[in-house]
Amino acid sequence: MAEQSGTGAVSESGERVPTVIVDDLHIVYRVHGAGSGKGSATAALSRIVRRRTSPNVREVHAVRGVSFVAYRGEAVGLIGSNGSGKSTMLRAIAGLLPPERGRVYTDGQPSLLGVNAALMNDLTGERNVILGGLAMGMGNSEVREKYQDIVDFSGINEKGDFISLPMRTYSSGMAARLRFSIAAAKQHDVLMIDEALATGDRAFQRRSEERIRELRAEAGTVFLVSHNNKSIRDTCDRVLWLEKGELWMDGPTEQVLEAYERHTGK
Amino acid sequence: MSTVSDTTHEGAVAVSTPPAPSAGDGLSAAELAAKYGLSVSGARPSLPEYVRQLWGRRHFIVAYSVARLSAQYTKARLGQIWNVMTPLLNAAVYYLIFGVLLQTNHGIDNFIAYLVTGVFVFNFTQSTVLAGTRAISDNLGLIRALHFPRAALPISVTLIQLQQLLYSMIVLVAIVLMTGEVPQFSWFLLIPTLVLQSVFNIGVALYVARLGSKVTDLAQLMPFLLRTWMYVSGVFYAIDKVVKHLPSAVGVLLDLNPAAVYIDLIRFALIDSFTSAQLPHHVWIAAVAWAVVAGIGGFVFFWKAEEQYGRG
Repeated sequence: MAEQSGTGAVSESGERVPTVIVDDLHIVYRVHGAGSGKGSATAALSRIVRRRTSPNVREVHAVRGVSFVAYRGEAVGLIGSNGSGKSTMLRAIAGLLPPERGRVYTDGQPSLLGVNAALMNDLTGERNVILGGLAMGMGNSEVREKYQDIVDFSGINEKGDFISLPMRTYSSGMAARLRFSIAAAKQHDVLMIDEALATGDRAFQRRSEERIRELRAEAGTVFLVSHNNKSIRDTCDRVLWLEKGELWMDGPTEQVLEAYERHTGK
Repeated sequence: MSTVSDTTHEGAVAVSTPPAPSAGDGLSAAELAAKYGLSVSGARPSLPEYVRQLWGRRHFIVAYSVARLSAQYTKARLGQIWNVMTPLLNAAVYYLIFGVLLQTNHGIDNFIAYLVTGVFVFNFTQSTVLAGTRAISDNLGLIRALHFPRAALPISVTLIQLQQLLYSMIVLVAIVLMTGEVPQFSWFLLIPTLVLQSVFNIGVALYVARLGSKVTDLAQLMPFLLRTWMYVSGVFYAIDKVVKHLPSAVGVLLDLNPAAVYIDLIRFALIDSFTSAQLPHHVWIAAVAWAVVAGIGGFVFFWKAEEQYGRG
């Protein structure tokens, strides 16, 4: 646990400064169309008029009463089986999903690493770089300033002028590289990474891991969701283990991962 | 009870009941947050702050709507030409049915120009409202991934339709010229009218976007509501000829209908035989009032649920 002491979790005055406080957080998704059929227009109208909820709505309680405090300089890993609520919790910390109950307090604006949702496959890589940058909240001039760096980092143009082609013509690896390059162009106070470490070929993976380390150094606090225990070990000094939306374990990386690996029978 | 912060250094603790988060000095979460100046994540900003954030994102809004429009036809061989071809073909269909087959003009001079103006201008509002209903629910992925004032989505929906309308206007002006109208000073009235209609549309789009995000069935109902609205807006006929047979209250309502107000103003601007006598009374006041009421009302209504939109 040598890296843990070197993360500067203690401020000058000796006390640890919290950057994210999660207080009894509950997240509920409402899923429409879970039942059978879509219902007729008249049925829908009468529902609207009577202000009743549709029988087709199912509620999914994705996060159930999680509480923890993360401090400046910490890198926190989130582990758990598929559907355990890891990504949902990151979105709630980022303020993108409203909590059903409980509160999340943050220092500044935490952001998820990723711009996939804002990009359009039918547009050229060029326009997607600009669109993605603007979507992440950069100014017009900032995007133009960083444009060349983003393209160079992605390595899209290594094999010819691909940046001026629509993104739908890219191979899945190339598209993933461009998406990562756009997303990683911005600095964050509280950075949250959702399994974004392994994209592209080996050379690009090395480059992106390098970039993540840089972002980590600049960011106050880092959250990492991953199923790759190795990248959690390499990156994090504290791990939260979520299962069925509940916090099962919270502690130093090695201990939590050991228990997790015992549990999953690995 | 061992606190969460302690466990980081002293060893892992399996948490069965979640402990209250504390920094070890017995503060509640809220007190701890206050002590270090942390704010509630995802809280709704104040109205002036919201306007400021939205203004800061103006480049994104414009880039996003231009991108959405140009992504629309990239797979078609003729590409962007379809922006003009689509309204042109629309107009051709109406000409074929009303001008050639039915040969009706409902007693209106230059009926083709009259009809096509009505169709294009109403279509601007109709498409905006329809797309606005889905502005939140279709973009949940974007909302759950990135921070931006959510009002950017209904506004960009309106801007997309405004660009479509500007392409349609090229076709419209060509048709109006072909049917024998002469360009004159009144054509400049197009600009204030379209600005007012755009503000009105943004307001309605914001309003239905919030409704549509909660009541997803609205997207199914909206086409019927919009078609009804089209039939009462005098797109295919002159309202002042119909109201003679109706109670006067209905006539006033039909005249105040915002869609009819904007359509008539565009007709007045472009078509020489459409005189100010055919305009409803106080038409400019109605046009401005609708824009202001819908614009401000829709914006405030949308802002009030700002923190809720990610829930879907």
